[in-house]
Amino acid sequence: MAEARQVPFRGGGFRPVQKRGVGLVVFVLLIAVVEWGTRAGWISSLTLPKPSDVARTLIGLWQSGLLMQHVLPSLSRLAVGSAMGVTAGIGIGVLIGLFSLARAGLVPLVAALFPIPKIALLPLFVIWFGIDEGSKYALIALGTFTPTVVATFGAVDNVDRTLIRMGQSFGLPWLSIVTKIVLPGALPGILSGLRISLSIGIILLVAAEMLGAQYGIGAYILEAGSLYDLERLFAGVVILSALGVTVSFLIGRVETRMLRWRS
Amino acid sequence: MDLTIEGLTHRYDAVEVLSDISLSIPSGRIVCIVGPSGCGKSTLLRMIGGLERPSAGRILQLGDPPADCLNPLTFVFQDFALLPWRSVAGNISLVLEDRAVSRKDRADRIADVLARTNLSDFANALPRQLSGGMKQRVAIARALAVNPAVMLMDEPLSALDAQTRELLMDDLVGLWTRTPFTAVYVTHNLSEAVRLGHKIVVLSRRPGRIREVVEIDTPLDQRDATDPDLARAQDHLWQLMREEAKAADAELAHG
Repeated sequence: MAEARQVPFRGGGFRPVQKRGVGLVVFVLLIAVVEWGTRAGWISSLTLPKPSDVARTLIGLWQSGLLMQHVLPSLSRLAVGSAMGVTAGIGIGVLIGLFSLARAGLVPLVAALFPIPKIALLPLFVIWFGIDEGSKYALIALGTFTPTVVATFGAVDNVDRTLIRMGQSFGLPWLSIVTKIVLPGALPGILSGLRISLSIGIILLVAAEMLGAQYGIGAYILEAGSLYDLERLFAGVVILSALGVTVSFLIGRVETRMLRWRS
Repeated sequence: MDLTIEGLTHRYDAVEVLSDISLSIPSGRIVCIVGPSGCGKSTLLRMIGGLERPSAGRILQLGDPPADCLNPLTFVFQDFALLPWRSVAGNISLVLEDRAVSRKDRADRIADVLARTNLSDFANALPRQLSGGMKQRVAIARALAVNPAVMLMDEPLSALDAQTRELLMDDLVGLWTRTPFTAVYVTHNLSEAVRLGHKIVVLSRRPGRIREVVEIDTPLDQRDATDPDLARAQDHLWQLMREEAKAADAELAHG
C-alpha cells in the first residue's frame, strides 16, 4: 500500500492582521535603549539627550505654562492655514474633476506649483503678506492646497461612472448628481489626500515659525538648536510628533464615521 | 405609452455597430433583445433610454406616460448601480427626492415597492450587506418607485448565479402578473428570453441587424421549464444565433 502523507499547508502569509500594542512596544524599546546608552555612556551626550531629561524638560514646559504659549499659536496657524488651503483645494479639485475647461486650464498650473518647495517662497510671502501671521497662513495654505487639489480631482475621476449614468437615467438634476453621487463617492480619496496635506502643513508650519515668530513650536526648536540645547530641541520634536499622531488619529476618526458604508 | 424605433443606425468612428433597426415596443409587454456578444444590444438599450445618441434614425414615444409616472424610461442595470453609502430605503429615496413628491407620498412609495419586492425587512441595510440577488431586487424596487412607463433592463440577471437568477425570474413574472409593465429586456441568455419575453428580437452579430422577431403567446405565469413549446422556441432561437455567435467569437479573437 502507498505511504500516506499529509498535504503540507502552504497558503499562509501576505495578509496583514491587526496587532495591538506592538507599535507602542517599539517606541518604548527604542527609548529604553537610548536611555540605557546615554546613562552607560556609549551614546555621548553630544549625540543624543537622555530621554528622561527630555521628559523632564517637557514637564517643566507644561508647569511653567510655556508649553501652551508655544503650542496654541502653532495650532491656530495650522488650523487657519490648512483650512484655507484644504477648502480651496477641494473646491478647485472638484471643478477640475467636473469641467473639462477647468481641467485643461488648471491642471498644468497645479503641476507647476506642486514641486516648488514652498519654504523657498517664504521671504516673498513675508513681503506680500507681512512678517506676522499672514505670511504663515499663506505658506501653509499654499502647501496644503496643491496636494489637496490633486487628491480631490483624482478622487472625482475615480467615482464609478455607472452610478453617474444611473443618476442621469433617473432624471436627477445636475446639482443632485454632484452632491449626492460625485461628492460622497470622492470622499474616501479626498480624506486620504487630507492625511498627506496636513502632514505637509505641519512641516511648513515649523518652517514658517523658524522665520520671524516669537512663539510657536518652530521658534522654540530653532532657539534650542542655535543654543545646542538638545533636551529642548528634542522636547520640540516630541511635540511635533504628537501633533502629527493626533492629526492622523482625528482623520482616522472622521474616516470611520463618514465611511461606515465601506466594509 | 408605446415606443417606436425607426431606422436606427449607429457607428463608433468607422465601425458600424447597429444597422437600420426598426422596432415597436407595445405597452404592457416585455420585449426581449437577444444577440451574440458585441452585437450592440446594450448600446441599443442605452439609446432607447436617451443615454446615448444614435448616428441616424430616431426613437419615438407614442402617447403620454401615465399621470403618476415620474421617470418614463427607467433603467435596471446589470451591475445594480446602488449607492454604497445609502441604505436600501435611501437608494430608493434618491430617485424621489428631486421630484414634486410630498414627504408622506415618498415614504408610501418606498414602503410599497419594498413590499412588492419582499424587501421590507431590509429597508435600513447597506448594499454591502446584501447578496447579489437582493441588490438587484433593490434596483428593481428603485425602478418601480418612479412608476416607469417602460423599464429598460440591461442584462439584469447576468451578474447573478444560476439559482438566484431562477428566483428573480419568478419574482419578475410575479410582478408583471400582478401589474403588467412595459419592458425592454436585453440578455444573452435564451432561457431568460423565452421565460420573460412576449416578443423576442434576435440581432445578428456586428453590425447588429434584426434577424427575426419571435412572438410567444403563452401567458408568462403559465410558462415553465418543461413546456415543449418554450423548449422549441428556445431551440429555434439558438439555431438562429448559433452561427452568429460562432462568427462573433472568432471575430473577437483576431481583432
